[in-house]
Amino acid sequence: MNVAGFLLDPMTYGFMQRGLLAALLVGVVCAVMGTFVVLKGLAFIGDAVSHAALPGLAIAFILGIPIYLGGAVAAVGTAIAIGAVARRGGLRFDTAVGVLFAGTFALGVLLFSTIKSYTIDLFSYLVGNVLGITAADLATLTVLGAIVLAIVLVLRKELLYATFDPAGAAAAGLPVPALEYLLLALLGVTIVVSIQAVGIVMVVAMLVTPAATAQLLAVRFGRLVGVAIAVAAASAVIGLYLSFHLNVASGASIVLVETVVFLGALVLSPRHGLLVRWRHRLEPTAPGS
Amino acid sequence: MTELTTTPAPSAARRADEGRPIAVRLEGVSAGYGDRLALEDVSLTIPAGSLLAVIGPNGAGKSTLLKTMAGLLPPRSGRIEVLGAEPGVHARRVAYVPQAEAVDWEFPVTVGEVVMMGRYTHIGIGRGPGRHDHHVVGDALETVGMHHAIDRRIGALSGGQRRRVFLARALASEPDLYLLDEPVTGVDATTQEDLMDVLEAEARAGKTVVATTHDLACAAHRFQETALVNRRIVASGPARDLILDQRLLAETYGGHVLVLPDLTGGAVLIDDAHHHDETAGGEQHYHEETHR
Repeated sequence: MNVAGFLLDPMTYGFMQRGLLAALLVGVVCAVMGTFVVLKGLAFIGDAVSHAALPGLAIAFILGIPIYLGGAVAAVGTAIAIGAVARRGGLRFDTAVGVLFAGTFALGVLLFSTIKSYTIDLFSYLVGNVLGITAADLATLTVLGAIVLAIVLVLRKELLYATFDPAGAAAAGLPVPALEYLLLALLGVTIVVSIQAVGIVMVVAMLVTPAATAQLLAVRFGRLVGVAIAVAAASAVIGLYLSFHLNVASGASIVLVETVVFLGALVLSPRHGLLVRWRHRLEPTAPGS
Repeated sequence: MTELTTTPAPSAARRADEGRPIAVRLEGVSAGYGDRLALEDVSLTIPAGSLLAVIGPNGAGKSTLLKTMAGLLPPRSGRIEVLGAEPGVHARRVAYVPQAEAVDWEFPVTVGEVVMMGRYTHIGIGRGPGRHDHHVVGDALETVGMHHAIDRRIGALSGGQRRRVFLARALASEPDLYLLDEPVTGVDATTQEDLMDVLEAEARAGKTVVATTHDLACAAHRFQETALVNRRIVASGPARDLILDQRLLAETYGGHVLVLPDLTGGAVLIDDAHHHDETAGGEQHYHEETHR
């Protein structure tokens, strides 16, 4: 098969066209939100929120209301509840999140087990299937994704300041607690948008990996977001093509491509890269940090 | 709770105070975290144009005092007025710089981006910085001698350079009130002198500077006024008079301070900032913290 065939053949299928658009959308939204997730250390919260979306999906499924609505309510609600726990204190924060995480997920599995075809449905939510996306789903995801991106774009300065130096930002008059809750709510929406594509279990990779890769490569915040978007978009396209031609699971394929790109950056990064460190070790006089 | 205040001899500088507007006024303020009160019944009046050092041992409530003024910590009781209103009302005219330990230095931002944050509340939501903002940022970095590092990652700088950059961020916000938590802690002598020159110039221009410090010598030499704090205000007034008053220092530091005469006729102050976790031997530290 030639290159043109490799690239164009899959696009003769409607499900591949929709899948590619969805994968790109999810990749970009996750990369943008992921930069804040990585910088604020919210990876564990992201994982918890995605698992907590499951009972919402199940309830919506049983009641016959739109799945995304149920998932969004559960995810955003959990994200904000976690934010409140974090502010209150008392129990160790990661302990509280861990309890919530497992409990909500168990509730989701339990609810799904009451549905007849539950193994198939449950599995598709756990690992995702971007190629199974319908035109209506794609439209919903596009609207939700656009809302998240628009809010982050408008508030990019304020979110950056509140993330980097919350005390300084609050003293300057920015509503830091409100911005933190907003960030968590946007994280909840982002996760729901991503579940169809990569599934509950792998959403956290979509959030963290492109931003972590960008952090190895970029010095300034402005470029960090750009690099994360580029990594996510490229991984979405490459991952989806590999999934088509090798006939393997699409979500896993995209996440694995992102992981390989991250490992490449880890070795080659000009600042933190292992290559640079090895070279420094070989040089007689290593420059001080 | 009684408040001890020295009554200094009326000087020209003091009399000039009387016409000055008040930048910050605290009346009977108590504040703290959880069950613990870090400050009790604090009353303090800071006229505009002051260069005030807040001094006291670790855990004396210095940072808490600054945070209540910045509107970051609501007081349990008492009244605070900042620039003529409740704390937070005039937030855009207040620049707060946290302690170095409170900042994530691995954060991927450049020096220029950090200083630009000082402009954010002036720029407004949804908009990017304009030419004027870049100009102000450049000037602020020139003032602290860090313009050459504008495109470097903040984490790549030394401790002293990071303090310079954070002061530049405060300058860039063009505030009327500076609230600086340990601005000269852990920096070399040159940086300390440079930063104090900048703060002195701001105070001369009518801005109010309130800074916490562990460095009694710096407070005595470079600040006009000082407030000695240990959960309450032990004393407030002209910096030199208070810091050379052994009785007041002993009260502030609970006896853990030595004032030694030095060769030039001045005094060397040695404070034991770590007396909370003091071990055997009564070891005294000259307080120059180094963070690595």
